[in-house]
Amino acid sequence: MSTGNAMVTVLAFVLALVIGGVLIAAVDPDVTKAAGYFFSRPGDLLSAAWSAVASAYAALFRGAVFDYQADTFALAIRPLTETMTTATPLIIASLGVAVAFRAGLFNIGAQGQVILGAIVSGYIGFTYHLPAGVAVLLALLGGIAGGALWGGIAGVLKARTGAHEVIVTIMLNYVATNLLAWLLTTKAFIGTNGEPKSITVLPHAQLPLLFGSQFRVTWGFVIAILASVAVWWLMSRSRLGFQLRAVGSNPAASRTAGISVQRMTIYVMLISGALAGLAGAVQLLGTSKYITDGIAGTIGFDAITVALLGRSKPLGIFFAGLLYGGLSAGGRFMEVVTGTPIDIVLVLQALVVLFVAAPALVRTIFRIPAPSGELKGAAA
Amino acid sequence: MKKIIRAAALSGAVALALAACGSAPSDDTTTPATGGDATSTGGATNSDFKGCIVSDSGGFNDKSFNESGLNGLLAAKKTLGIQTAQAESKTDDAYAPNIANMISQKCNMIVSVGFKLSTATGDAAKASPDTKFAIVDAQPTDSKGAALTLDNVKPLEFDTAQAAYLAGYLAAGMTKTGVVGTYGGLKIPTVTVFMDGFADGIAKYNEVKGKDVKLVGWDKAKQDGLFNSGNAPFDPGSGKANADSLVAANADIILPVAGGAALDALTAAKATPGTLVIWVDSDGALINPDSSSVILTSVMKLIGAAVESSVTDAVQGKFSAEPYVGTLQNEGVGIAPYHDLDSKVPDDLKKEVDQLKADIISGKLKVESVSSPK
Repeated sequence: MSTGNAMVTVLAFVLALVIGGVLIAAVDPDVTKAAGYFFSRPGDLLSAAWSAVASAYAALFRGAVFDYQADTFALAIRPLTETMTTATPLIIASLGVAVAFRAGLFNIGAQGQVILGAIVSGYIGFTYHLPAGVAVLLALLGGIAGGALWGGIAGVLKARTGAHEVIVTIMLNYVATNLLAWLLTTKAFIGTNGEPKSITVLPHAQLPLLFGSQFRVTWGFVIAILASVAVWWLMSRSRLGFQLRAVGSNPAASRTAGISVQRMTIYVMLISGALAGLAGAVQLLGTSKYITDGIAGTIGFDAITVALLGRSKPLGIFFAGLLYGGLSAGGRFMEVVTGTPIDIVLVLQALVVLFVAAPALVRTIFRIPAPSGELKGAAA
Repeated sequence: MKKIIRAAALSGAVALALAACGSAPSDDTTTPATGGDATSTGGATNSDFKGCIVSDSGGFNDKSFNESGLNGLLAAKKTLGIQTAQAESKTDDAYAPNIANMISQKCNMIVSVGFKLSTATGDAAKASPDTKFAIVDAQPTDSKGAALTLDNVKPLEFDTAQAAYLAGYLAAGMTKTGVVGTYGGLKIPTVTVFMDGFADGIAKYNEVKGKDVKLVGWDKAKQDGLFNSGNAPFDPGSGKANADSLVAANADIILPVAGGAALDALTAAKATPGTLVIWVDSDGALINPDSSSVILTSVMKLIGAAVESSVTDAVQGKFSAEPYVGTLQNEGVGIAPYHDLDSKVPDDLKKEVDQLKADIISGKLKVESVSSPK
């Protein structure tokens, strides 16, 4: 199963790059100009298209991994650290989404849980003057608690009343967004700022930089690695993880076997929310340092796609998160260097996920036989 | 069905083929990569200058300050033949990396748009003292939010209260119901500065004419009023509830200080005959031609011109970090022509507004707002 799926994921990426290349060529002004006289000199169109696509993808690589044209070594490897910075909260939040997936629940509310994590960790981080070490730990725990609370609401409602977690988590996203908008008008959060921007987190509560002041990577990246390992252990090695997976694959059988499905539903939403909340805390305490209305960006929604891309496995998610972060960081660089609209990168990201979610399509295109015994549409 | 598809495909192919029949350009003219018409002073070296711009999360097609800022930079590119680069920030966490990318791509000057970029701009400017910056509508700040004065950052700010004052006086003179209204996107200084000026203009009219025109949606003394809620308070749709509530409160002239959410005021005005809108930032009658019959005037904030002139100064080696404050005097702010409604505005009122403008420029009349740039 694993080799076949890994192959499909790689081919999905290749397909997305090909289609993205067509789009890059189509929006390039030189290509459009050359297309106007295609029949009098067809070579122009092809060379213009080639150079547009090649330079855009070269820039994508330079912005995501290694800038071989940079003056200094630090500048050359900065793109990789940017990728790590962007990937950090994505990986953590995505682990949360994946835990819910594996237990058969769709947590669409990662966005709201990220926001709650940022709110609580931020409040602790800029309000209480605590010694180094304690401050950042407490702020992180606060973020975890905030996210767990938000996820837990959906879990309790599902377990006790049967309210569907998809609807409840989507609605809780709105509540979180508007709660944040309101908090950013209160003195307790914005202090003397005229704009809706919170007080900056105190230095002791900030996550320290990992590689010095030239790079933005913080210890949050280490937290992302630890979280991946912890989720792997939880899902693959622990008794609770076994029960969660059992409920995910067959609730009725699990109930017969003596597992409380209701209790598992609450647990899984608490864990899922806690991870998303941790993602919010890490983003705030490491990278943003103050809360704005856009603190969560699109982390909570991208986390769902990263979880799909990583097939809900911790290692898969870790690399899918890096890939996603790389596309974001590289896309920003590409826009600056070649003027290719950053929207192309968003299309690329969407295409990768689309092809990964439709393995049969990729197999048909590349004429790969389906591995024997695989279930149809086993994407998640 | 199949035949139709084939026919459609064939005609599409023919159309494509015809479109591709143009003649190829001759090879002997070597056109420069950028700025073919670099005719102004120092044209030869201008193409070495790279002017760059970073948007806030509103994006460059926001019909508001990001778009105006980009247009200013592109205007400078056209007249000076400089190189440009632009980065559209999709989320708040893109500001710092976008500015860092601009620096690594050796931009000579970086324009950052909006208060959301003030910390990212301050940090980057401190780390790269050789790069010049301009920041629209804000000052650079440190990570704690305290304003910084840096030798390489020029704040571009606008005292829009002056122009809004004229609009307030005009609105008070034009209202038939005796009620005018306003709403904002967010309660931030760059929005409420319009409302303060507007309120004072109305108060001036009441004082001069002994009338009692009321303003709903903003209380200058309390610094509180009507603002959009939700995730995207400057996007179309977010202002609908507020625009409708102002119409319901009998307001017949509305000043929406809300970017794209000002469109909701146009919708409300068209639904209720007799209601007029005063647009903000750019000349609303020109960018919304289908609504020009309900746009009385616009409180303009000429961001594009300010960006263009600051970039031009930098190209010509005349950059200074001296803050630019747009006023009526330097024409950085102003009110737009009345366009379609010109005949409806009494001549006396026009003269009074012109006189007030002259008084503000001469300093005889002071428009004060706590939100004016300092």
